[in-house]
Amino acid sequence: MKPLTLSAFTLTTSLGLGETAHVDALRSGRSGLAPCAFESAHLDTWVGQVPDAYLQPVGGEPAADCRNNRLAQLALGQDDFSEAVAHARRRYGAQRIGLFLGTSTSGLLTTELAYRQRDPASGALPAFDYAATQNHFSLGRFVRARLGLAGPAMVVSTACSSSAKTFGNAARMISVGLCDAAIVGGVDSLCLTTLYGFGSLELLSSAPCRPFDVERQGISIGEGAGFALLERSEERGRKPDVQLLGVGESSDAHHMSTPHPEGAGARAAMERALASAGLAPHDIDYINLHGTATRTNDAAEDKAVHELFGARPACSSTKGATGHLLGAAGIAEALICVLSLRERLIPGSVNTQRVDPALHVRYVLNTRHDAPRRAMSNSFGFGGSNCSLVFGIA
Amino acid sequence: MEVFVESVGLLGPGLANWPASRPILQDLTPYEPGEVLLRAPESLPPAERRRTGAPVKLAIGAGLDALARSERSAESLATVFASSGADGEMIHQICEVLATPQREVSPTRFHNSVHNAPAGYWSIALRSRAPSTSLCCFDWSFAAGLLEACAWSLTEDEPVLSISYDLPYSEPLHALRPIVGTFGAALLLAPHRTSASFARLDVRVEGEAGRATRMKDAALEALRSRNPTGRALPLLRALAGPSAEHLVLDYLDSALPVSVSPC
Repeated sequence: MKPLTLSAFTLTTSLGLGETAHVDALRSGRSGLAPCAFESAHLDTWVGQVPDAYLQPVGGEPAADCRNNRLAQLALGQDDFSEAVAHARRRYGAQRIGLFLGTSTSGLLTTELAYRQRDPASGALPAFDYAATQNHFSLGRFVRARLGLAGPAMVVSTACSSSAKTFGNAARMISVGLCDAAIVGGVDSLCLTTLYGFGSLELLSSAPCRPFDVERQGISIGEGAGFALLERSEERGRKPDVQLLGVGESSDAHHMSTPHPEGAGARAAMERALASAGLAPHDIDYINLHGTATRTNDAAEDKAVHELFGARPACSSTKGATGHLLGAAGIAEALICVLSLRERLIPGSVNTQRVDPALHVRYVLNTRHDAPRRAMSNSFGFGGSNCSLVFGIA
Repeated sequence: MEVFVESVGLLGPGLANWPASRPILQDLTPYEPGEVLLRAPESLPPAERRRTGAPVKLAIGAGLDALARSERSAESLATVFASSGADGEMIHQICEVLATPQREVSPTRFHNSVHNAPAGYWSIALRSRAPSTSLCCFDWSFAAGLLEACAWSLTEDEPVLSISYDLPYSEPLHALRPIVGTFGAALLLAPHRTSASFARLDVRVEGEAGRATRMKDAALEALRSRNPTGRALPLLRALAGPSAEHLVLDYLDSALPVSVSPC
């Protein structure tokens, strides 16, 4: 693919609001995880929650007021991102900017809460705006209105690979000329379906998650929102900063909620991403692993990464810091790769104490200064949906 | 964007498959909506087959109908799944359980509740490691899926199977999102003309919403206007007939004009 420049971006997670908070957290090895006190959940687990106090009601459109859109609104207010989009809108026209966002549960919490207030006689739900909250496109609808965009738009929902895959949508839509620039990213917010659902699968860790640790015992769920503005690199006046170089997507064809034991689908996604970028395995300096901290995911990913890359690239999972942001994991970790390239650092793996000796990649425990030139981000989801992204710095 | 149609799949009320539906869509045979026969694919392992819900059967059924008249290998065929609501029944059951004190969510229901469940089961049933995406664009999901499939086919220079499906929510969600009819449609698209191509599509995004082509038959028009995948019907009608046609699909606040020409 032709490289695309990330000319603006922003990230909000339990680590903080915006880019600076995340750079600081990566440098200091801070974690945003805390014992779960979300809503009425009674679960022995830790979560990466954005404080409720930050999630202000959405202005202008009360029907769209749900936790997911509040989180989107909060993120859109950081790092002058909305101003950068306004500038792009003046440059290209609102109809020439695409919007491709990912989420796994959108505003489902609103529906969950409504089910507690059903009419005892009829079973009817209290009134809420389905299209503006529960429907997956509610996120696209809300952000499109907020940013004043009128170009192609869609929401990808492929579980934990959702927002990673939006980079592919943008690359394709720009390539065929349906738009000149695109906003990619995603938002996922805590809800009871995912907390109790992962609980039912016995995948929740009772302590802060420890990716690649010999004693890892499951995931910590988090929430977050991230956005990036992508433009054709040749159209940027100045020297390109960080670029999207390649996207690779694949399917596992194995099981709905367990990864392929040999990581075959994961490997196919990484190989496609390298081919799309025109790079070889030895060109990659850092890999931000999917690294959920379940026994099976980390083992399968380790096998796939080690077979393809050997022990050369530095690898880490940042889920010990952010938790697993599910549909927003792809954008969050893509942006962590971007920050690694720009800030010249290799992020460590917060909470991981002793790397599982059965795993073979070159796993980095503590953040360190380095000068990675090209980074890969892996995102793998339920249904065997895999996506790998390659970023580079000029 | 110019792409070539190699095969069409259909599954809906009174629309059992593409060959049987063609005369109905051309108004040569009266349309009589009936039950939709949903079956889990034989190629799924028994454990997976038991776990599939109606949306999975619908989406895969429509896709398999398109593959039935194609020489393409499903193992290497990229797929785009589009749906407004995916598995509403699963969401309903989970929300009901979460409203009880015990909150005992079923693990199978939880992993089936993801929007990409049909894509996951498709890849298992067809042994396909090919790339696949699952998207949502509310009432415009079919149009969004068509755009993504065209863009995939043209940039990757390979065929793609675009599958769209929507089915009703049960109450109480139905009152808030009244989707009517159980309808799935699939288009096998290729970037170049081949011996299998039977129509050329020219797809653009331009103009304003509100001028979508309608169906003449009242029952088909009801399916078009009340089921997000039903929005595909004017395009399917054009593909069913022998002549060139120009039609318009609504897409967000703009329009998707599509020219269909036999080839």
